[in-house]
Amino acid sequence: MARAVLSLPAKARHGEVIEIKTLIAHAMETGFRRTQLGEPIPRDIITRFVCTYNGDEIFRAELHPAIAANPLLAFTTVATESGTLEFKWSGDRGFSLTESATIAVE
Amino acid sequence: MKADCGRWLRHVVATACALIGCALSVHAAEIPLAERRSGYEFMGRETRAMQDDDVTNPGVLWVLDGETLWNRTAGATGQACAGCHGDARTSMRGVAARYPAWDVASGRPINLEQRINACRTGRQKAAPLVYESRDLLALTAYVARQSRGMEIEIAIDERIKPSLNAGRDTFHRRQGQLNLACTQCHDDRWGKKLAGNTIPQAHPTGYPLYRLEWQGLGSLQRRLRNCMAGIRAEPYPYGAPEFVELEIYLMWRARGMKLETPAVRP
Repeated sequence: MARAVLSLPAKARHGEVIEIKTLIAHAMETGFRRTQLGEPIPRDIITRFVCTYNGDEIFRAELHPAIAANPLLAFTTVATESGTLEFKWSGDRGFSLTESATIAVE
Repeated sequence: MKADCGRWLRHVVATACALIGCALSVHAAEIPLAERRSGYEFMGRETRAMQDDDVTNPGVLWVLDGETLWNRTAGATGQACAGCHGDARTSMRGVAARYPAWDVASGRPINLEQRINACRTGRQKAAPLVYESRDLLALTAYVARQSRGMEIEIAIDERIKPSLNAGRDTFHRRQGQLNLACTQCHDDRWGKKLAGNTIPQAHPTGYPLYRLEWQGLGSLQRRLRNCMAGIRAEPYPYGAPEFVELEIYLMWRARGMKLETPAVRP
């Protein structure tokens, strides 16, 4: 099951720097490994992560085969207005997961 | 003739001394209770921080899956774990801290994974989950998570005692092509280096745990199989009675230490 864990403050002061942490369950199969019978295991990784804040893109990452399973991404942004942050992971074999969280800015 | 006799006598005495020495060292080598350290304390700052935060600890992904499975019906009876046991946060509190435990139905000690599968086959009338499958690890991690911070205390009674002793014997028996016993590294040389890694004391305080080397969650038996392959011994199969005995000994050895499930280890 596709599953992600998010961490960001529910409330922040205007102009405050907030830390956002995201963790997602994914095998990140590199494509370089083989089975015990010698068959190559096809690549299956997350290739892209995008975070938007009320529709504006604030953080984006491209992921590659050397990145460990269950990628953890932590980044910061400035709390400017109350609203919704949307997190989208997409990758091989049509993988896609979207999560969102709200923040109240005073 | 006399000289031969003397040699023979010296040989017998030497052998007897060696045997006595062995017998003594078995117990002398056990780590004093106050000096026991969880594998957590041998890790770097970053890995410890990873375990401590529920957002950075990847084991939490399995715990959340386990919570879903706990509430999902399975088998011919259409019952979920929650149907009988209710809220795991109260009903499963402390359970993992006292496993392996004696199972009256099968007349032998069983570990937590086997307990879950006994419930599945016996009560839910569902197929048992395969060892190391994501679902079994998830359910085990979810159940064990409810005992986080609690002290390990398994009940050693007359029924369990033979298994505890058998587990202790396995721990102290040299095996494999490298002819090594668990005790030689984990009692006698903990804190020293094996290649680049610090040798821990082998306390099973955080299973099932997320091992960075595995890139996933794994059971204590998976870890034990790793160690056995490392000393070039043939690992017991998953669920083997020898492994359950070893688990009993290891949990007894870690009595009073706090459970960390889901732990993170390098």
